[in-house]
Amino acid sequence: MPAILNGLFFPFLTFLGELAVLAGETLSSIAHGRVRVWLTLRQIAEVGFGSQLVVVVTGAFTGAVFTAQAYFQFAALNMETAVGPVVALSMFRELGPALTGLMVAGRVGAAMTAEIGTMKVTQQIDALRALAVNPIDYLVVPRALAMFISMPLLVVECVGLGVLASYYVGVHVLNINGVYFFANVQKWTQWSDIMMSLIKGFVFGGLIVFISCREGLQAKDGAVGVGRATTATVVTSSLALLIFNFFLTMALNIIFPAGHR
Amino acid sequence: MNEPLIHVQDLVQRLGSQDILRGLTLDVLPGETLVLLGKSGGGKSVFLRHLVGLMRPISGSIVFEGQEITKLKERELEPVRRKIGMLFQDGALFDSMDVFDNVAFPLRERGERNPAVVREKVAQSLVMVNMTGHDKKMPANLSGGMRKRVALARAIISPPDVILYDEPTAGLDPIVSDSINRLIRRLQRQLNVTSLVVTHDMTSCNHVADRVALLDEGRIRFLGTTSDLRDARDPVVRDFVDGRSGETVY
Repeated sequence: MPAILNGLFFPFLTFLGELAVLAGETLSSIAHGRVRVWLTLRQIAEVGFGSQLVVVVTGAFTGAVFTAQAYFQFAALNMETAVGPVVALSMFRELGPALTGLMVAGRVGAAMTAEIGTMKVTQQIDALRALAVNPIDYLVVPRALAMFISMPLLVVECVGLGVLASYYVGVHVLNINGVYFFANVQKWTQWSDIMMSLIKGFVFGGLIVFISCREGLQAKDGAVGVGRATTATVVTSSLALLIFNFFLTMALNIIFPAGHR
Repeated sequence: MNEPLIHVQDLVQRLGSQDILRGLTLDVLPGETLVLLGKSGGGKSVFLRHLVGLMRPISGSIVFEGQEITKLKERELEPVRRKIGMLFQDGALFDSMDVFDNVAFPLRERGERNPAVVREKVAQSLVMVNMTGHDKKMPANLSGGMRKRVALARAIISPPDVILYDEPTAGLDPIVSDSINRLIRRLQRQLNVTSLVVTHDMTSCNHVADRVALLDEGRIRFLGTTSDLRDARDPVVRDFVDGRSGETVY
């Protein structure tokens, strides 16, 4: 039992503590206006614009394949027109935020850890501190703001393309009636579903950025250490996102209950 | 006698199971160049990092211009750090920026927004370290000596009261080392700064030092002038000065 405590539980608690401290310091810096606008804009371009390809492809093809699978099941029950709202709701409430989060964790989170980790092991972060520049303000705040702004927009983009792809595949490939498809999507999709999507995007953005920056700032042992930190970022962010998604879904379902009212 | 600019008292530091500093006490006087000698891995760089707050000691105190700095929080240290320039062993240049942006970095971070002023001050700094004409190069395309010069230009662009040099000649050939030694001397004259040079290079020591301290087993073993060092009879000091390892060759 003590071995489990020492090997898993205490390091996990330490990890959570460090994450909380980093998040606290970052939010405090933002609240105190220690924001470098130019660096934040560059990070928004990196996170938002740079993620277009993965988000577009992920959203469109998830919507398309989900439509096909749902159609094959629903057609047997003569419920083809239900495919649209099922895909739309799934994309808004679960698939859009989760898949965008996983893609961004892999693309942006890994890059953040690699960049900050390399700066750490080559003493560039020490140089920042020696020059009286706070590394949280300079490195973490712009990335956190960029993620908080970009992630909800990327989620909306992913979901939007998923629904569009669903419409195209459902109506033009599988011959579902377009009017019913669209009317059902409109009828069953609520503002609360969109809100849920945006909130999840925002929260997942925070999870990814704090895990990525924490791993980068803790990197040690040269190139091997940076590689290890980058891998840890992708694994930890992905797992944290999937686990957090469950609890977030349960909590948000109380605020935004599912179903047509 | 002058009041010390930096007063270090009983500094203790341990990394893992190894005692690095075991009660180091040292005064750095204003305007002097003090060279801290010691074996590789003996804690010289660790000591230097304490002076700028990059590491916290287990116990002991560091008083800089009358202010105890070991207990200051990260943000409280920033005014102290603005008065201290540090040259890291490998330069620690920001590899995503070219030479110009590296040197301009402290100015811009301290609020200088006028491009003409930034250009002029960067040019002045690069002239001081003989790096004119290299401002568009990336750090990856510079030699070791050039990287140190650029890092020095960055450290002096907002003239500091103290410059800390961490192994300024390590890994450089004798000619480049000599040019760095001359640069340290010239900067001290031109900027009237206090310098603390950590090295194990005796040539560099003889060239730049006003006073010399020898760090051994985590404490200051010797403190005096370069001529005192040459005349020292302490066997540990003599071994270091004469470059004797004490090992027998079979």
